[in-house]
Amino acid sequence: MKSGSRLEKLLNQGEFVVSGEIGPPKHANGEIIREHARKLKDYVDAANLTDNQTAIVRMSSIASAVHVMAEGLEPIVQMTVRDRNRIGIQSDLLGAYSLGVRNVLCLSGDHQSFGNHPTSKNVHDIDSIQLVKALKDMRDEKKFICGEEIKENEPRFFIGAVANPFGDPFEYRVLRLEKKINAGADFIQTQCIFDMERFEKWMEMVRERGLHKRAKIIAGLMPLKSHKAARYMQKYVSGMIVPDEIIERIEKADDPKAEGVELCVEQIKHLQKIEGVAGVHIMAVNWEEIIPTIVEKAGLYPRPKVL
Amino acid sequence: MIVAQGKPIAEVAKMIEDANKILVVGCGGCVTVCLAGGEKEVGVLASALRMLRKKEDKPLETVEVTLSRQCDPEYMDQLEKYVADDIDCIVSMACGVGVQFVAERFDKWVVPALDTKFAGGALEHGVWGERCGLCGECVLHKTGGICPIIRCSKSILNGPCGGSQDGKCEINPDVDCAWQLIYDRMKSLGKLDKLLEIEPVKDWSKSRDGGPRKVVREDVMIK
Repeated sequence: MKSGSRLEKLLNQGEFVVSGEIGPPKHANGEIIREHARKLKDYVDAANLTDNQTAIVRMSSIASAVHVMAEGLEPIVQMTVRDRNRIGIQSDLLGAYSLGVRNVLCLSGDHQSFGNHPTSKNVHDIDSIQLVKALKDMRDEKKFICGEEIKENEPRFFIGAVANPFGDPFEYRVLRLEKKINAGADFIQTQCIFDMERFEKWMEMVRERGLHKRAKIIAGLMPLKSHKAARYMQKYVSGMIVPDEIIERIEKADDPKAEGVELCVEQIKHLQKIEGVAGVHIMAVNWEEIIPTIVEKAGLYPRPKVL
Repeated sequence: MIVAQGKPIAEVAKMIEDANKILVVGCGGCVTVCLAGGEKEVGVLASALRMLRKKEDKPLETVEVTLSRQCDPEYMDQLEKYVADDIDCIVSMACGVGVQFVAERFDKWVVPALDTKFAGGALEHGVWGERCGLCGECVLHKTGGICPIIRCSKSILNGPCGGSQDGKCEINPDVDCAWQLIYDRMKSLGKLDKLLEIEPVKDWSKSRDGGPRKVVREDVMIK
């Protein structure tokens, strides 16, 4: 056992895990996070706390994780390399571990030009793969990035990274995943899947290189609320592929939200059959409350216990 | 070269609003090549400033001179005879380096007429692109001659990030993804395996993060 997190234990047990995602608020009251955590805790095994997603200032992912833990839900703290240098990142990791955080997801972070402070300076002292390696070195080599020894109480995280099967160059995406796994990633969350065909092709390449045996691949999903949201992602969100059929299906439905749930449930059932997919990560952006319905309809409730 | 671009004339006019006589100094180096601060641009700026002030009924006298370079003390010497007592302000049309060399040398109010943009080159007539991040330790041998430090919006050394699609960067469809370019180039050179190596964290102390830099070459110093 590397970290002893619930997520790690369940994955090692061979369970098909389910994680959710909570977007921290743009204010200083944690009650909304706690409310989401209370609603989600019996339906997901862990939940991501996003780190100033789309570069919009929000409550910190680590502080949000503390609220989530207080409600009995296990957090996956997202950490981007956009806003902190290696000093700030390592310091925050020590702090997060001391507060009980055991899962960290390493990301580059959306460029600040998308957010509410487009004139800010970005940091990018290290990149996401170097962050994965830093977490691994802290845990397994007991060393800081500079090489200095961590004499006691090293942070022992379950290390997550992201992969985007829908970004380009497509052929290189699997090799870069391999780089992340070589750097020390224990689990991988993918970008939201709408183009199942491309995802399957990607998984085939993942299996060819045996990567699904070296890290747990968790498939990302986003339930759609409306065809407009889907169309927006198709047109304006870089690194996402949303096929027209999906948008049309939601558009034609009498109850688009119900159709969005139905689609997500179908996707989960399909993903369960793909060799090497170890679970699903449901990103219900501004729609966290729908996750229990989806989990139940997909037959994934109740959630398994740690043995 | 250093690529620069002229500030809006109104902005320069505001900087010199208290002056009656100014010295406009061009530079024959990079900014002449990128059509921002050479002899021709000196003439255009000086006459535009004079016209503006004439309209305001507050005439401005200008003296114009263009040095071979403003980033070299040797050429600064040549400027000395133009810096007369009645010059109220020197307008430098060089990059930020030239402006500072002028300010270091003369006890006058010195203002910049250009915004210094980047180290780059001409892509086509009238278009210049950034190519070097001046990081102090070149990595181009590892990336097929394409700089990830400055051409990737996130300076990723193990790219590309998830925002690369159709060869373009997530920040703007007009911006090429540097890592797509690197991938294509390494592939065509048969060196893709090099990209599988994890590039370690960079030593930014060799960049601006180590404080203002200086290059000392004792072998060419005149003792």
